[in-house]
Amino acid sequence: MASEPRSVTPGRLEPMLPVLLPVVKRRRETGDTVTLALDPGPEGFGFAPGQFNMLTVLGLGEVPISISGDPGDRSRLVHTIRAVGPVTRALCRLTPGATVGVRGPYGTPWPVAGQTGRDILIIAGGLGLAPLRPALCQVLARRREFGAVEVIYGARRPEDLLYREELSRWRGRFDVRVHVTVDAAGADWRGPVGVVTTLIPHARFDPPYTSAFICGPGVMMRFTVGDLLARGVPEERIFVSLERNMQCGLGLCGHCQLGPLFVCKDGPVFSYARVKEWLTLREI
Amino acid sequence: MTRLEPLLAEHPFCRDLAPGQISRLAACARERQFAADEVLAREGEEIREFFLIRSGRVALEIFTARRGPLLIQTREAGDFLGWLGLEPHALWVVDARALEVTRVLILPLPCLNQLLEEDPILGYQLLKRFTQGLARHFASMKRQVVNLLHGL
Repeated sequence: MASEPRSVTPGRLEPMLPVLLPVVKRRRETGDTVTLALDPGPEGFGFAPGQFNMLTVLGLGEVPISISGDPGDRSRLVHTIRAVGPVTRALCRLTPGATVGVRGPYGTPWPVAGQTGRDILIIAGGLGLAPLRPALCQVLARRREFGAVEVIYGARRPEDLLYREELSRWRGRFDVRVHVTVDAAGADWRGPVGVVTTLIPHARFDPPYTSAFICGPGVMMRFTVGDLLARGVPEERIFVSLERNMQCGLGLCGHCQLGPLFVCKDGPVFSYARVKEWLTLREI
Repeated sequence: MTRLEPLLAEHPFCRDLAPGQISRLAACARERQFAADEVLAREGEEIREFFLIRSGRVALEIFTARRGPLLIQTREAGDFLGWLGLEPHALWVVDARALEVTRVLILPLPCLNQLLEEDPILGYQLLKRFTQGLARHFASMKRQVVNLLHGL
């Protein structure tokens, strides 16, 4: 039985007070998505893969954003942000030298450490690759501990693919297999076209000995979980990252409540076994 | 045993069929390799063949005057391409183009249909597999439509 991810939020005296950090690098990923690297200062910024920060644009507001950098590199705090509202649009416009307020890290991590000896499936849809990227970095840093490592990633169109350079680099390794699909493409695309689940039969893994980390739109995660369960992956080793309206990050305000759980504090990473009854309820 | 029998037997569409059933299918079948960009089927042409994809990748495309070919879905190794049980002279509604070197087994429909009529047990087996494959393709296409229409 796999253990449930547990929150690793450090205790702090002023949990609601953001620290101001400068942007040191900005990379445009797609038409509406940007990756910002912040300088956390000489002490660095420790986090576990799958955790998120509350990012503040002063005078405008605060949003929860997954940390998408390498947890082995404390010298840079990296977030990938899609411009969907006023705060995220403002974050995406920031350039090096600008300042961002940061509270965190919050939430439960992908339980990479507990999966020794297992095959690892990392399945992402759209922006869901951002919170999974730290998990993959950690898996690759400890590569010899695991069996097969398969990355399955789907985006709407080829131009919506995140981290293209890294995808190529990961593909170039001999110890990880990367499968990429899109929902629609022009005639110059040579890869698969179809939803993420169509790639699962092409991944090599031994279901009873597999742990899966899944992040993406709700519909995608629901069908992906269904496929993995049908193939025999145990539900307690299928981990999903949920997105809800996180506001305080501390489990106090209740905006992100899902049944008896607070996604910001008890999640965002849960085993499917723990959240399945709440995920299938339509009234929530 | 012919050379094609083991190739048919290992394809998911034919897996676990009885050796005699594989032999009967093999009597109809032939192998072919398509080069990248070579066309397997063209929209508007009569459907004369049923393809079992052994390796490679096939694009299903619809041609539009303004934007050229639109890639709708791909079929991969282990998939089938084509239709069973349609009326004679049915037409392809998409273009099928190899995206890379693609090896297939081809079952010409006149031969295959005759076989299915003569051997209803084999016919039922193949139609069942065909229906299951269609259900998978439709389910996946519905999710694709949701993704594209609603930006998920």
